[in-house]
Amino acid sequence: MEEQVKNITADEQQEYVINMGPQHPSTHGVLRLVVSLKGETVKSVQPHIGYIHRGIEKMCESITYPQIIHLTDRMDYLSAHINNEAVCLTVEKALQVEIPDRIKVIRTLMSELTRIQSHQLWWASFGMDLGGLTCFFYGLRDREKILDIFEETCGGRMLVSYNCPGGVMYDLHPNFQQKVKDFIKYFRKILPEYDQLLTGNVIFHERSKGIGKLSLEDAISYGVTGPSGRASGFSCDVRKHEPYSAYDKVQFKEILFTEGDTYFRYVARIQEMWESMNIIEQLIDNIPEGPYAVKMKPVIKLPEGEYYQRVETARGELGVYIISDGNKNPYRVKFRSPNFVNLSVLNHISKGFKIADLVAIGGSLDLVIPDIDR
Amino acid sequence: MLLNMIAANSSGLLSAPWWKVLYDFSSLTKSIDEGLYKALGHFWTVVTEMMIIGVLILLFYAVIGLFLVYAERKVCAFMQNRLGPNRLGPFGIFQTIADLIKLLFVEMIPIKNADGFLFNLAPFIVIIAGFMALAAIPFANGLHAIDMNIGVLYVIAVSSMGVIGVLLAGWSSNNKYSLIGAIRSGAQIISYELSVGLALITIVIMAGSMQLSVIVEAQRDGWFIFKGHIPAFIAFVIFLIASTAETNRGPFDLAEAESELTAGYHTEYSGIKFAFFFLAEYMNMFIVASIAATVFLGGWMPFHVGPWDGFNHVMDFIPPFVWYIGKTFFVIFIMMWFKWTFPRLRIDQLLTLEWKYLLPINLVNVLIMAFIVLMGWHF
Amino acid sequence: MRSIINYLKEIFFGVKSLLVGMKVTGSYFFRPSTIVTQKYPNNRKDLVMFDRFKGEVIMPHNEKNEHKCTGCGICEINCPNGSIEIISKTITTEDGKKKKAIDKHIYHLGMCTFCALCVKTCPSNALAFGQKFEHAVFNRALLTKTLNKPGSQLMKGVE
Repeated sequence: MEEQVKNITADEQQEYVINMGPQHPSTHGVLRLVVSLKGETVKSVQPHIGYIHRGIEKMCESITYPQIIHLTDRMDYLSAHINNEAVCLTVEKALQVEIPDRIKVIRTLMSELTRIQSHQLWWASFGMDLGGLTCFFYGLRDREKILDIFEETCGGRMLVSYNCPGGVMYDLHPNFQQKVKDFIKYFRKILPEYDQLLTGNVIFHERSKGIGKLSLEDAISYGVTGPSGRASGFSCDVRKHEPYSAYDKVQFKEILFTEGDTYFRYVARIQEMWESMNIIEQLIDNIPEGPYAVKMKPVIKLPEGEYYQRVETARGELGVYIISDGNKNPYRVKFRSPNFVNLSVLNHISKGFKIADLVAIGGSLDLVIPDIDR
Repeated sequence: MLLNMIAANSSGLLSAPWWKVLYDFSSLTKSIDEGLYKALGHFWTVVTEMMIIGVLILLFYAVIGLFLVYAERKVCAFMQNRLGPNRLGPFGIFQTIADLIKLLFVEMIPIKNADGFLFNLAPFIVIIAGFMALAAIPFANGLHAIDMNIGVLYVIAVSSMGVIGVLLAGWSSNNKYSLIGAIRSGAQIISYELSVGLALITIVIMAGSMQLSVIVEAQRDGWFIFKGHIPAFIAFVIFLIASTAETNRGPFDLAEAESELTAGYHTEYSGIKFAFFFLAEYMNMFIVASIAATVFLGGWMPFHVGPWDGFNHVMDFIPPFVWYIGKTFFVIFIMMWFKWTFPRLRIDQLLTLEWKYLLPINLVNVLIMAFIVLMGWHF
Repeated sequence: MRSIINYLKEIFFGVKSLLVGMKVTGSYFFRPSTIVTQKYPNNRKDLVMFDRFKGEVIMPHNEKNEHKCTGCGICEINCPNGSIEIISKTITTEDGKKKKAIDKHIYHLGMCTFCALCVKTCPSNALAFGQKFEHAVFNRALLTKTLNKPGSQLMKGVE
């Protein structure tokens, strides 16, 4: 640690250090990057995190299992539903509760809608970082439609708290099915516009092709999952390797590329949006009937032991690890957050590029800072 | 008393219906000129006329600046599916005035170790460059402040003076990030001036003269962009791209981008001086658009197609001033369209674009145009 | 010769991609009917939230000013961060038995995370979500609300 600090403040000729401080328009949250530059080329990037540490894991030790749900919402707030699902799946796995099909399908539908809206917000802010300010408004305009669907069924737009151990809080609203179908029809027409505006643009190609290459070995050794890892060829989709909820009943492709640069991380996310729409279309017409929650005891106590469950959030693999000693509060909860791992690779892939490319690389890794700090 | 003397001596003004003046301002200007000459004598006539023109251009500058800021916000908003300013006044037309009043109240923070004289001088140089260029542009038939026989050369030369203002602003701010931004900006401007100049030379070859009024007159039977078909069209496209780069707008605005590290050469300016830089950018856009409209799209000439006299006669009904403003705003709209669609270019990609793509195409285009003019293969 | 052809192809496809992008923004410019802005403070009258919208926690009272809260305290136990405080008192019923009843049901709107656990776990369904969303106040004390109205009583027949 000491040597690293000394290396950063090296006063060689022409090398100087700048601080992209916690308040910066393009770091998407409170992340401090200490960038060491030589001329205009980046020599090293040291992220300083912890500006939004709220002690979620420690707080979980003093509350009961249903009460953990509202805290996981606020970790990676763009995949709120998937985070909730992870904790519920862990608790249900520990208690060995059998979940009816209707709940599984509802959870899968909500997860895929969450994935689409997270990628929409990512596209909006990525376009804005690169300078195309209209992308921001188009992405958010379409995201509003999904948020309206969430609001009608769950009551909340972004921080939903819809799952609970044993099922979901309310049944689906009667308008849900029709609204989701209308949205899919609408979005299938709009997504090619995103391609016309940004993906095919020659300026965008110049800014993103060949920038920030992440090789397959590095992706595996750092543990980069999610679309960033899959763009480098690392086949890590939890939905395929360890299917949970209703993912074993649907057909979808795992998007893999081999080049691993910014452009392909971008294309991987756009293709994921198409695949999510396919999954939703397969499920929306066949929602099985049944209860929307299983009756659980009023006070949930997990048997002694350690339990782990992995899910695929919009950014990578989230792991929930609960150690229980038989009480109603967990002994220790640990979240393996995907953003923390994805951030660790930023230094490695930005060496040698210009400062303007650092913004593009950070945007393509799709970091949400509260997930890093928890 | 002065006005009575002018009125008594001006014969041209009272002998025709008043609206004929709209079609030919030279009657109005000649009568004012004669009146002043008879009343005041040669020296004071010149001085008074210069003062009148100065005041008119100042007013024009201010009004167009205010209008362009509002127009940009509205155009940007409509492209982004939203409304834009809509609270102050009907359709929000007083928004810019409110912004101006706010900027006037902002404290002008003096910088401690900055070079005081240069720091205060820099915004004025940029504006003066803009004024001087405005003087040479024909606004309507007869409404032409200075009609030099080297009009195009004068305009290019004077708009290069803006670079001095930018570099001075970056240097005197005593801030290494401003300096970096200013030097990048300066490099960008002087690179793209080459392309602007060469694109204008293409049209000078076709028109045969650098005098702007002669260029406009030569478009009486068709605008140059149609008469010169392929090379003129290529020159127009190159001129558009190079002039958005020269005015630091659109996809070439990394010098003032918020999501990059620095806010460029005007970081340390606040209050009215910042408003000057802001205004100067919009006015540069207006000047460059009006040069494009004059040279490629016919200035104040209505849209004539060579032999169709009936059509030409109908087009003549619209006053030339309206044609001029319409064409300029059309080019401004295209420049705004560029800005709000494309992501930004990096500095090295910007310079690559100029030196490896625009310049060779420009040179080849000049050759083609010269060939076409010599062979007579234009309309 | 190959390089010249590649050069010209690059230029052509580059310009084409730019024009395609301009077509998208231009199409939105010329269609003002696609504007999605809502003129917010002026359209308050016809702004309707969805029924399940989590605005704030309220205790519905019927026309006779009666509510369903028995003062059991289950919502206070279930609230993760202590946004609910139950102050109860003992009253004597008509039969002469002493029973616990609700005196004040204090709800800290400033601390609530809208997790819906209190609404879900209340055994008598006394709580619900209201749809008011404009909660900004100048005085923080106004964010501590008492949910049961003064002078209200428990509805008959609620356990």
